Amino acid sequence: MATDLPNILVMGPPLIFPDFQSQYSHSYNFLTFFASSLPLPQYLSSLNILPSSIRAILCNNMQRVPADLLRSLPSLALLVTTTMGTDHIDMPECRRLGVRVATAGGSFSEDVADFALGLLIDVLMRISAANRCAKKWLRSELPRNIPPASRVGGKRVGIVGLGKIGTEVAKRLEPFGCKIMYTSRTKKSSVPYPFYGSAVEVAAESDVLVVCCSLTEETHHIVDRAVMEALGKEGVIVNVGRGSLIDEKELVRRLVSGEIGGAGLDVFQNEPLVPCELLSLDNVVLSPHAAAVTSESFHHIMELVAATLHAFFENKPSLTPVMQD
Amino acid sequence: MESIGVLMPRPTFPYLEEQIDKRFKLFRLWDNFSYDNNAIASSIRAVVVNSVDGADADLIRKFPNLELVSCYGVGVDKIDTNKCAEKRIRVTNTPDVLTDEAADLTIGLILALLRRLCACDQFVKSGNWKRGDFNLTTKFSGKTVGIVGLGRIGKAVAKRAEAFDCKICYHSRTAKPEAKYRYYPSVVELASNCDILVVACSLTKETKHIINGAVMNALGAKGVLINVGRGKHVDETELVRALVEGRLGGAALDVFEDEPNVPQQLFGLQNVVLTPHIGSATVETRTAMADIVIANLEAYFLAKPLLTPFL
Repeated sequence: MATDLPNILVMGPPLIFPDFQSQYSHSYNFLTFFASSLPLPQYLSSLNILPSSIRAILCNNMQRVPADLLRSLPSLALLVTTTMGTDHIDMPECRRLGVRVATAGGSFSEDVADFALGLLIDVLMRISAANRCAKKWLRSELPRNIPPASRVGGKRVGIVGLGKIGTEVAKRLEPFGCKIMYTSRTKKSSVPYPFYGSAVEVAAESDVLVVCCSLTEETHHIVDRAVMEALGKEGVIVNVGRGSLIDEKELVRRLVSGEIGGAGLDVFQNEPLVPCELLSLDNVVLSPHAAAVTSESFHHIMELVAATLHAFFENKPSLTPVMQD
Repeated sequence: MESIGVLMPRPTFPYLEEQIDKRFKLFRLWDNFSYDNNAIASSIRAVVVNSVDGADADLIRKFPNLELVSCYGVGVDKIDTNKCAEKRIRVTNTPDVLTDEAADLTIGLILALLRRLCACDQFVKSGNWKRGDFNLTTKFSGKTVGIVGLGRIGKAVAKRAEAFDCKICYHSRTAKPEAKYRYYPSVVELASNCDILVVACSLTKETKHIINGAVMNALGAKGVLINVGRGKHVDETELVRALVEGRLGGAALDVFEDEPNVPQQLFGLQNVVLTPHIGSATVETRTAMADIVIANLEAYFLAKPLLTPFL
């Protein structure tokens, strides 16, 4: 058992963890708490590790980091999450305890925005549905079972949340000839798109909604029944934020009954479980929380996490980029 | 105009068929049509062709009073334009109206291929997500896009790719100095210098199999090919070999050498996206294309100038 190496409590675990662990096993003692069914105090005592010896946590959003866990680690000073979002972390408690939270910041914004555009174009132009039909393409017959495709150009696209991801989405949409508008916590004065004060208002003026805001108490179910009603029967929803930003039950009901045109969903309320009604719909494109998962972002986050942990434990500023707070 | 005979070779878009039927005497080749009936053959003064059924010398010969070939589509590669010129037969197509859609589909296919969207959809819908994570995919933003043919569609693709911070380079018959992109004098050089090669030129004798084995090798195991042009732009047999052997990184194809036949070996590959010629399949574009066909037909038979004459 490693002794002098600093302890890092690992939760989730992050996608990079297996590679990270093998690369840095000589630098840190990784406590694979995510693999244990024991509560934290018992887990630590079973390894003869004092809670006070843990100064850092490495996690992603597959497990919650609640207040009681944070409180049980008196020396905890750094929480590294490989995600942009912090909805899995009790942030007020971190602030109260003086625990610094390092996130992926804008590292994934481009990949997520790319993916959002991919889902949007796929749903409207029926690319995945057509790909499935290519095998059944018969002479003298165009595939009948693909729902009619619709143009991207000219569509009114409402962005819910004009943060780092929303801004990249808007930039990519512009040359497609879409009319772009948005709702956000605050109006952005430097942005040329029309601002609406609520999701219902922007939905009423949109053909497509792209949901990319962070999940907070205020934004939980920000896309609710009223918003879907306002979007209308031909409306399309793309979600690359968090599953709970949308009232999933209501969305599923509307997709099944035809009260909404289609959806591109990368996130769900209870991943990896996906409502079974969605599995057979051709006007729906689903993905396994993959919007940020490219080789490029994988290697980038490996470097960022390494630099952040190194600077923290060496108590020295880093020469290479570290994660944002 | 109800006595003017207009022939359609196959059902394409119900709206187009209805509109022709309303205004002219519509003959449907797929519906018990007999070439032997001289009265009918003589009454046919226009043919509405598409990307599958063209107007070759044989067809033109069958209709002695043929005056107009109206193409429901922009590519005229299936029309014997020399024969038409010789017989003073006018030809129209549907340019511009599908430029944006072809460019949109190109970007959609690039994303579907690089980010494995179709595979992701299948992964979730088959229940595999419960058993484990999906793979790492390839980032699109910032990559270099090489465009073969910087015409209307090529320029529209470039404009969209630039918003993804892509670097754009191209090859065409002649360099276009007003375009601010890097020009390469050959397709092989273009392929050597890009990550994503897009075919966006028209099909002519010169551009048949413009994407050949040498180009595919130059594009390489990390490069991908996107074709929403014509199947014959690509040496399809060689493409299948290159993909199966891993010499080419991937391909997204909306068109094939012998539609609707798609090489069987392509169906098993993970790094391939195949769509059955859906570029121009949106309701909006089909309606716009149909309206142009009708407008050209009406203009011709009212002795007015054609809207979009190709010949």
